Amino acid sequence: MVDARRLNQAEAERVETPDLHRRNPGMPLTPELFAGVRVNRSAAERRAATLVTRRTVKKEWQAAWLVRAIQCIDLTTLAGDDTTGKVRRLCAKARRPLRPDVVEGLGLADAPPTVGAVCVYPTMVPHAVAALEGSGIPVASVATGFPAGLTPMPQRLAEIEYAVAAGAAEIDIVITREHVLTGNWQALHDEVRRMREACDNAHLKAILATGDLATLTNVYRASMVAMMAGADFIKTSTGKEAVNATLPVSLTMVRAVRDYQAATGVRVGFKPAGGLRTAKDAMAWLSLMKEELGGPWLTPALFRIGASSLLTDIERQLDHYLTGRYAAAHHQPIG
Amino acid sequence: MTEIRDILETMEYGPAPESADIARAWIARHKGRFGHFIDGAFVHPKRAKTFAITNPATGETLGEALQGTAKEVDAAQAAAARAFGGWSALPGHERARHLYAIARHVQKHSRLLAVLESLDNGKPIRETRDIDIPLVARHFYHHAGWAALVESEFAGYGPAGVCGQVIPWNFPLLMLAWKIAPALAAGCTVVLKPAEYTPLTALVFAEICQEVGLPKGVVNIVLGDGETGAAIVSHPGFDKLAFTGSTEVGRIIRRQSAGTGRKLSLELGGKSPFIVFEDADLDAAVEGVVDAIWFNQGEVCCAGSRLLVQEGVAEAMYAKLRARMETLRVGDPLDKAIDMGAVVAPVQLERIQRLIKQGIAEGATCWQPSGAVPGSGCFVAPTLFTGVDPASTLAQEEIFGPVLAATTFRTPDEAVQLANNTRYGLAASIWSQTLDVAFDAARQVKAGVVWINSTNLFDAMAGFGGYRESGFGREGGREGMYEYLKPLWEAKAPPATVAPPLPEALPEPGEGGSGFDRTAKLYIGGRQARPDSGYSYPVPDAKGVLISEAGLGNRKDIRNAVEAAHKAAAWSEMTGHQRAQVLYYLAENLEARSAEFAARLARMSGSSVRKAAEEVAAAVARIAYYAAWADKWDGAARAPMPRMLSLALNEPWGVMGISCPDEAPLLAFVSLALPAIAMGNRIVITPPPRQPLAATDLYQVLDTSDVPGGVVNIVTGDRDTLAKVLARHDDVACCWYVGSAEGSAMVERESAGNLKATWVNYGRARDWFDPQQGQGHEYLRRACQVKTIWTPYGA
Repeated sequence: MVDARRLNQAEAERVETPDLHRRNPGMPLTPELFAGVRVNRSAAERRAATLVTRRTVKKEWQAAWLVRAIQCIDLTTLAGDDTTGKVRRLCAKARRPLRPDVVEGLGLADAPPTVGAVCVYPTMVPHAVAALEGSGIPVASVATGFPAGLTPMPQRLAEIEYAVAAGAAEIDIVITREHVLTGNWQALHDEVRRMREACDNAHLKAILATGDLATLTNVYRASMVAMMAGADFIKTSTGKEAVNATLPVSLTMVRAVRDYQAATGVRVGFKPAGGLRTAKDAMAWLSLMKEELGGPWLTPALFRIGASSLLTDIERQLDHYLTGRYAAAHHQPIG
Repeated sequence: MTEIRDILETMEYGPAPESADIARAWIARHKGRFGHFIDGAFVHPKRAKTFAITNPATGETLGEALQGTAKEVDAAQAAAARAFGGWSALPGHERARHLYAIARHVQKHSRLLAVLESLDNGKPIRETRDIDIPLVARHFYHHAGWAALVESEFAGYGPAGVCGQVIPWNFPLLMLAWKIAPALAAGCTVVLKPAEYTPLTALVFAEICQEVGLPKGVVNIVLGDGETGAAIVSHPGFDKLAFTGSTEVGRIIRRQSAGTGRKLSLELGGKSPFIVFEDADLDAAVEGVVDAIWFNQGEVCCAGSRLLVQEGVAEAMYAKLRARMETLRVGDPLDKAIDMGAVVAPVQLERIQRLIKQGIAEGATCWQPSGAVPGSGCFVAPTLFTGVDPASTLAQEEIFGPVLAATTFRTPDEAVQLANNTRYGLAASIWSQTLDVAFDAARQVKAGVVWINSTNLFDAMAGFGGYRESGFGREGGREGMYEYLKPLWEAKAPPATVAPPLPEALPEPGEGGSGFDRTAKLYIGGRQARPDSGYSYPVPDAKGVLISEAGLGNRKDIRNAVEAAHKAAAWSEMTGHQRAQVLYYLAENLEARSAEFAARLARMSGSSVRKAAEEVAAAVARIAYYAAWADKWDGAARAPMPRMLSLALNEPWGVMGISCPDEAPLLAFVSLALPAIAMGNRIVITPPPRQPLAATDLYQVLDTSDVPGGVVNIVTGDRDTLAKVLARHDDVACCWYVGSAEGSAMVERESAGNLKATWVNYGRARDWFDPQQGQGHEYLRRACQVKTIWTPYGA
């Protein structure tokens, strides 16, 4: 029998220590880096479809990958009926995403996993910050007229400033889709650049709302412009578009991340959001990151999953891994 | 046990083994000893020689199989022949039920088949599970449909008969499906020999035939190596031979079967270009390369093994490719997360390694990823050669391994030129985001299958098969069905009366006297040319009185005629409508000179003027018939996948050689010449040697009808002498021969040089006046080769 662990030295290269504070300084709008690129939709779909059939993880590897997925979750509540109580409960879940017996069983009791961040609306930021105090878990806030972004610029910037002042360490902004649909790259660059300035020390995650952008070529170009404007992360969706994170869209965005790194040496993070609900989805996206970008993007410093219900499914899978029995959702504490 | 905390550090994939337990239990049930499947039962002849069945990933012996001999081939052929009557007489609907049941059973046993295939061949379980086996089921489903439709859709055709089929080891069960499904649908019965390296899934298939109650003898499977294959090829009882494998063996089969009257289809080697234009989606193209040359360890006849990249993006493409190669995982084929498994056998491993060494020695730059390949077993790392010059071994020779040879080009024209700079013509992959650029190249490459912005896609409804020395015949789709059918009238065709070869070209006394002396010269490149030999031969009338003399064409005249035909390439680029106009004009001009031609025919043949006039009238009608077809012999547009257009285009061969029979000197001439040129071919045609004057009289008609020079080249002389030169000519793509049985055999044998397609009459007569025999779809189909262009689309 071939020892699969010996197969690929590149794979054995250990994941680099994440540098959470290395920002993307951005660069002037440079159309020649993206204007000529046209993404072939069928080929992207084929790669996305076969990527998940080419890679799989089993047994303890699967368990470890599921733990890593938890560590990359931006545990999210973005509902009109959010309350302080709801946000506090979510934060408690963020601190202890897994039952103590599961953590014990996985052999991780001395360093129990937590989620990557908690993501809320701006007015919920103070409650989240208070609830997460001392946990090291950052609070992310959506801003800039989320989800449509069609609020006047001063108000959008003020919203960022409000959230940052309230203690948000990460700001998930939305872009003006019109700038992409009309090819007004300068306007898009200016907009994100100003938002980046308003973020100050908070990391900027640019939501492209890819479901509104229609073509993968638009997705690629918008990704490049957002990165040039200084986005620390690019993110697929608000979760409110008709179509949210898909693998072909994500593939297109991570290829843009790769091209941006090749051009500038800067690593930009990636966050799929909306539609990732199953442990299997999480595995697919982790494989995508490993295959297309490599080890550094398998950490919360450069990879986040925006999700609310995903965690429960992962908990059930880990429960099953430890007990051999299929798990019930009601055995997993809700957030 | 590996600690989860450690895995969190490395984020490795870890092993993901597919269990082989059930496959091993299946082998154990057969006690690891596999016999032939003949007449519905497994047979184990006593004292038979055996060969080991080996797992190439580990070297483990899985079992042993019997080496079939001429005796087993004989028994299998006899069983198939006995079964043929009943099977072919079944209503199509009944045959369809059987094929449908086979498809269902393939699906039911899909995992057993996938695991066995992987064990036996070394290919990744991911590929057998996701590609091979689903395509097998799909092929039987599709052909279950043809079984039901064959009677109505192929009226006038019947099953070819008993088929001998020899398949390779790279897609063992899929190649079996490609061979057996259309044969059974058409009403044929088969004897199939799987490759000696990979017999196992064929035996599961044999069991499936038993399970579904397929009548005994319809499918027979004989195991063995090349010797067994040779026994099939040389067995006189087969009506049709089908082979997939190397061009070298294909050539031997072509020679061995020459003149036997068996239908033959060959699917042979390739060195297919993978063209990346500067406006391609490079990331997409990189994945395309992975699917082109690192699919099935590169052991794919249509593998995109020659990467042609436009210079401006070459370095970017290579950099992306090298980065991608680092993430390819080579190893245990039964690991579900493996990209490349083992090559089929040590001998193949050695061959690949030898060619890699040779490539390095010839000066190309070799690059392999840093990841290790397993130390034991038949594993080869994915390999990229850059700076490969077109003359090198790497660019010319089929490696059949995971080795990519890259070259750059400057312009679209140069890309096509490099792409076509090969003796093969199986497939091509073209990457450009510009429709104009992609289609322009797709039309110009000499390849039977063209994938635009995609590669290695297959479906039962789309024809697959090669141009040039990649073979002839198609598998899949309507075009594939013809390989297992033959016109019903042919069975009843009597032997033709064939005049003996021309006598010595000595001068004969003639009439002389009235009028200017008229000399029938040759017609080459739109001009009348004296024969290179400087000899003329006498053309006497039916009473033996000299009418005129005709030029005695020789090999150099054929050479010149072929060159002239190549220069007339513009004819192939014209629209069908433009060609139709010329051909109608030809009919009009011939009709205007009906009386003259009738007199000529009557004088040559000694028949009545009335009968001769009938032949001229029939010839005029036939010209008009093909003028009508010139813009109507449509291809097909199919949708084998969502957002995918697969176009089946009827492309002309290019330059064809045609030898006319003795009978109906004018009508047979136009019956053969017209479908060829109507479809856009340029032809070198030899008129009936003893009655050439109707053809030579046509020179002026061709001239006045605006048939461009070089489209029709006429060389008079001895049929078989000239046919031999045409059959041996490497720049003639197809030969039609109507003459003697011996001449037919000679043409088929000599065509093996460049594996040109042939259509011969085996010395049988046809009635040129009968529309069923003298004109129709069969002619148009034979005048074209099908190119399938796959075009995915999506905004």
